[in-house]
Amino acid sequence: MPVTLRLPAVLAKAAGGKTVHEARGATVGEVVGDVAGRFPELGPRLRDAKGEPYPYVIFYLDDEDIRFQQGFATPVPDGAEIVVVPAIAGG
Amino acid sequence: MTALRPLRHGAAPVETVARLVGSTPLVRLRRIGAELPGVRLYVKCEFMNPGGSVKDRPALRMIETALRDGRLGPGRTLVDSTSGNTGVAYAWICAALGVRCALVMPRNVSAARKRIAQAFGAELVFSDPLEGSDGAIRQVRELVAQEPDRWFYPDQYGNPENPRAHELGTAVEIAEALDGQVAAFVAGIGTSGTVMGTSRGLRALAPGVRCHAVEPAEPLHGLEGLKHMESSIVPAIYDEAELDGKISMPTAEGWAMAERLGREEGLRVGHSSGAAVAGALQVAERMAAAGERGNVVTVLPDRADRYFEPRRWDRRITW
Ligand SMILES: Cc1ncc(COP(=O)(O)O)c(C=O)c1O
Repeated sequence: MPVTLRLPAVLAKAAGGKTVHEARGATVGEVVGDVAGRFPELGPRLRDAKGEPYPYVIFYLDDEDIRFQQGFATPVPDGAEIVVVPAIAGG
Repeated sequence: MTALRPLRHGAAPVETVARLVGSTPLVRLRRIGAELPGVRLYVKCEFMNPGGSVKDRPALRMIETALRDGRLGPGRTLVDSTSGNTGVAYAWICAALGVRCALVMPRNVSAARKRIAQAFGAELVFSDPLEGSDGAIRQVRELVAQEPDRWFYPDQYGNPENPRAHELGTAVEIAEALDGQVAAFVAGIGTSGTVMGTSRGLRALAPGVRCHAVEPAEPLHGLEGLKHMESSIVPAIYDEAELDGKISMPTAEGWAMAERLGREEGLRVGHSSGAAVAGALQVAERMAAAGERGNVVTVLPDRADRYFEPRRWDRRITW
């Protein structure tokens, strides 16, 4: 079963105009890689040159922050939802 | 014989903590940019304001002008979209002046942030976290359209009193501190109030000054308080034509400079301060390369302690 990746509105432009994407992958990193593979502009907005998440971009797997789990190596259950949220609030 | 007044050591008492906004210190950097002949870097320490950030200035001016002309009074509640420093500023100033306050913020704001605003008695309304700060702006506009008589909506992105606070405050203080000798001014763009207002004020008080804005290089960035214009609702108070230039700042460079400010200057400041100083250093380097001399001034909007530390404790997202 595919999983869902939800992006913040500011990244829609880098992801074909959509914020909600169906994707596949056994870990959070693979799911991100799957979607980033379809939209070349998106990858560098979510991961640094070493392929790690930026500290100012937070990934929630079914509402739980992956930094408290295994980061991009966190296993993804079927039908899960990954939400990408900016760590910052602004203004 | 006239009675002798006792000598006063230190400042006179003030009527309200709101009168302590502004008059922040200007500090010269000793190491960053020290290798540049004839160019001096100065930073305006806005974290010294009572609410801990530069936003105390515009928040106070927007509230006091509205109280004076009757747009804000006993029957109304101040409402605006902000989760950051402006929210803290509105919340404490409203508490100090006896005004009701409500803040619209994206739900993903850290629990610590929510508690700061609540500690001053502000009411919180949450917007969709994935819509970011623009989602909060749209939500507050809806609230105000539904019940226009209930609210006072300062609208920090469109209120001319925001840049005016800097034109009449920040700029005057900088010009006085440096006897009008300001070659360049640099500031980050959030609402753009700081850069637009201070630039306007300095042009009158320090003729020849060149003014530059610093903008995040990426749409999803880690320079809290700053706005990537191309992917955002452009603030009505922003007018790029008034500026001499814009500097695009990658998050990593802003973060690295924030760290340097701590280690080398004893200034533990937020990432937008790092971005501002990194931008100011670029301007200073260009001046030095062209054989120009003079003072380059920038603004440190807040301290580092507002940032990621609290966020780390929010393990579960609380929608
Ligand atoms: C930390 C920080 N830096 C910079 C800014 C930008 O200031 P301005 O809104 O005056 O452009 C803000 C404002 O929200 C801020 O909170």
